[in-house]
Order: sequence, then structure tokens, then C-alpha cells
Amino acid sequence: MILIGELLNSTRGPIRRAMADRDEKNIQELAKKQESAGAGYLDVNAGAFAEKELEFLEWLIRTVREVTPLPLCIDSPKPEALALGASLAQGDLMLNSLTAEEDKIQSVLPLVKEFNAKVIALPMDQSGLSDDEEKIFSIACHLIERLVKEGIEPDRIFLDPLIRPISTNSSCGQIVLNLLLRIRKEFPDVHRVCGLSNISFGLPKRKLLNRVFLTMSMACGLDAAIVDPLDRELMAELRAAEALVGNDPFCMNYIQLARSGALDDKD
Amino acid sequence: MGNLSASIMDNVICGNSDLNSPIRKGQPGVKELVQQALQEGMAPQEILNEGLVKGMDVIGKRFKANEIYVPEVLIAARAMKAGMEILKKPLAASGAKPVGTMIIGTVKGDLHDIGKNLVAMMMEGAGFQIIDLEIDVPKEKFMTAMRQYPEAIVGMSALLTNTMVGMEGNIKAFRESGLTNPVIIGGAPVDEEFANKIHADGYARDAATAVDVSKQILGIK
Repeated sequence: MILIGELLNSTRGPIRRAMADRDEKNIQELAKKQESAGAGYLDVNAGAFAEKELEFLEWLIRTVREVTPLPLCIDSPKPEALALGASLAQGDLMLNSLTAEEDKIQSVLPLVKEFNAKVIALPMDQSGLSDDEEKIFSIACHLIERLVKEGIEPDRIFLDPLIRPISTNSSCGQIVLNLLLRIRKEFPDVHRVCGLSNISFGLPKRKLLNRVFLTMSMACGLDAAIVDPLDRELMAELRAAEALVGNDPFCMNYIQLARSGALDDKD
Repeated sequence: MGNLSASIMDNVICGNSDLNSPIRKGQPGVKELVQQALQEGMAPQEILNEGLVKGMDVIGKRFKANEIYVPEVLIAARAMKAGMEILKKPLAASGAKPVGTMIIGTVKGDLHDIGKNLVAMMMEGAGFQIIDLEIDVPKEKFMTAMRQYPEAIVGMSALLTNTMVGMEGNIKAFRESGLTNPVIIGGAPVDEEFANKIHADGYARDAATAVDVSKQILGIK
């Protein structure tokens, strides 16, 4: 399971304040903590600063780079921010994200090529978001085929089936599970990733829904996730799920974590 | 007759749209109760204000207080709509006017409509007429609607940080072309500070707040 640590995101209030205060220590601590909790990538987002996004993104990346060489996942809907982030990131790199909107493909695809980056691909086009499984699947297939034709190896593509909340359409959870299974079957080498928390929008006890949906998604082929690696309960269930779906040879990781106390209920 | 409007309100709140709805299955819902109220000669405006709008008002307050959740708002709105369907013609015939009009849409480049739909629903529940421009709305389209409905309040939403920025240009363009419609904004990355900065007339953090803010700006009680 490839974990993308989600905490260094300016749309989260405390992080935005830390960034606004240029609080290097706080940011660096969060980067280190996510790394030791098992994050394989660190998501970095400065989008909340609007027209000052580039300036803050540069500061954020330089600040993180002082303490860890962990690959970064540059998170912005703005191609200029992805370009700047990619040029500063050094080493392995993920771009978050690319959609099937033609202008997005035109502006982000060259960056994926230039930096040999991995890319999170969202199956949505100009017509907007949809709850129609067939439509999403068809857009996903076209998008993946297009990227592969452009020379992007399938295992550099992380397809995100776009979770919509079950509070507005009860079928949205099942649609994502179906899509994960279908994408895995059609393109076994393409990774499948999700930002989980959308699923629980508008409902109580959101973390419970997020956790259960993570394990269900893993059973249907999710092999990467944008998560808070400092969430003990979530991480314990994720490690258990990895063992259960057969991604933990001889359950060695699970056993070792259990011995270390990482899977215990309380700190 | 007071009982009947209280009953309509109650059925809006619990989301019983009609006889066949899964809520209070087999019992008359908002649809049947509105029909009955009309047959008994209750004024359409009274049915709307004392039944449907009051019900949605309770829903809005509870939602804001985190006592109820999005699906509960949705089924209440669906029940309210079932009543509105019946009430539409008699209301128009009686010459009743909506309390206000809202032009609503997600800004250019933004395709995320869930929040926008919730706001439209709550505004409709408060008795507003909704001009829904849907998603990915260019400023010219907002402006055409604003010219057509000079009294309307405009609601713009964005979920993405890069499309949020477009709101500033929109408001500037509105004002430069002399359109004075008040504008309120919302969406996950938006906050009060941003709203002030770009000279929006109001900011709403959720759908129920959008109703309160709009009423306040338009001077509706």
C-alpha cells in the first residue's frame, strides 16, 4: 500500500496558520512524523493562499526538504504550481492531479513527461462530475489509454475514481468499489488511489465511515491512499487490511506492528 | 386549518413526501396534505408560509446546529418539493410572488455541484425562486441573468482553490458593468476573509447560513 500523507495541506486551518506564520519547526515536525508513520509520499498544498500560492508552495517545499528526502506529491489544480513544485521537489515525484478536461491534459501532461513524474488521474471531463458508473468508467479508460499512448507507463498512473458522498446519493460507495474492481481488471498495472474523506461528507462520525470504506476499497483493489498517517485507528485497520488482502507476506509486518504496540487501542 | 399547516410542516421536517414514501409509509405526506388544504380553501400563500417554509426553517436551524445531517436535509427538501409541485399553479394564479430570487452557479472551471445544490434547496425551502445556472458558469452568463433579474441575489460557489480566485474577477466585472445585485459566496476553500477581500456582500459557510445571509442582505424579515 502506497501512503500519501495528507497533512501538509493549506486548506486545513492549523496548517494554513503555520504556513502564514512561516512556522518551519511545526511544518518540519509534521513532515517527519508522517514519514515515520509510514507515508511514502508527502502531499504538499499551498492552494489556500490563492494568488500567493507559488510563493508559499516554494517555501513549503524548501522547508520540508531540509528535513526529509521523502518523495513529494505536489497538490494543486493550477498547472503553474505543479510546474514550480516539480522543479523544486528533487527525486521521485507525484503530481496531484490531472483530469480528462482537455486544457488540463495539455498543461499537465508535459510536466508528467518532463519530470518523469507519477500522476493522479481523475476521470472527470468538461461535462462535470457524475454518479453514473458507466460514464466514469468510460472516461477513466479513455484517459488511461491517452496517457499510455503519450508514453506514460501504466504504473506511473494513479487513477482516483472520484469519491462522491453517500449523504447525497446512497449508491456512491458501491459505485467506487465497482470502479476499483473494473479498473484493476482492465488495467492491472495502473495504481488505484483515493482521497477517502469525501465519502462521509454530511454525516456524523466521519472517521468511522472513512476507516470502514478504506478497508472495503482495499478489498476491491485500492493500492494507494491519501490519508492522515498519524491517525492510529485508521493506520491499525489499514495494516490489518493489508494482511487480510494478502499484501503482507507471512503477515510479518502485521505481527511486528502488533508487538511494537502500534496496533493497540490506545497510546 | 391551523392543524393542517402544522401537519404539513411536521411532514416536511420528517421527510414524508407522499403516501408512498418510505417515511411514515402509508400515511398521507406533504403532497396529499397540501391537496387537502387547497380543497379546504386554505390560501396557497398560507400553505407555503405556514407549512412548507416553516418546516424547512426548522430543518435549516437544526442543520446549522449539527443536530441533523445532509440526508435528513435532502429528504425534507424532497418533501417540500412534492408540496411545491401541487402548489405552483394555485400560487401563480393567486398572484403571489416569491420572497426573493437567487441566481446560483459554480464559477468557471469548477464542476463541483454538491454544495451549490444544497444551497439552492435550502433557498427554495425559504420561499426563494431559484435561477440555477448549474456548473462551470462564465461571468457573462451570470451577468445575463443579473440583467434579467435585477432584484436577485447572486450565489457563487467554488470547491477548488484556483477557481475560487475567479470570483474576484467576476465581482469586479459585475460592478464595472453597473450591475448592483448583491453577491454571496461559499465553498470549501472560501472563508469570510476572502469574501471581504474580493468585496463580496456576504459569505455563507453552509446551506442554512446562505438563507440567513441572503435574507439579511435583502432585508427580508
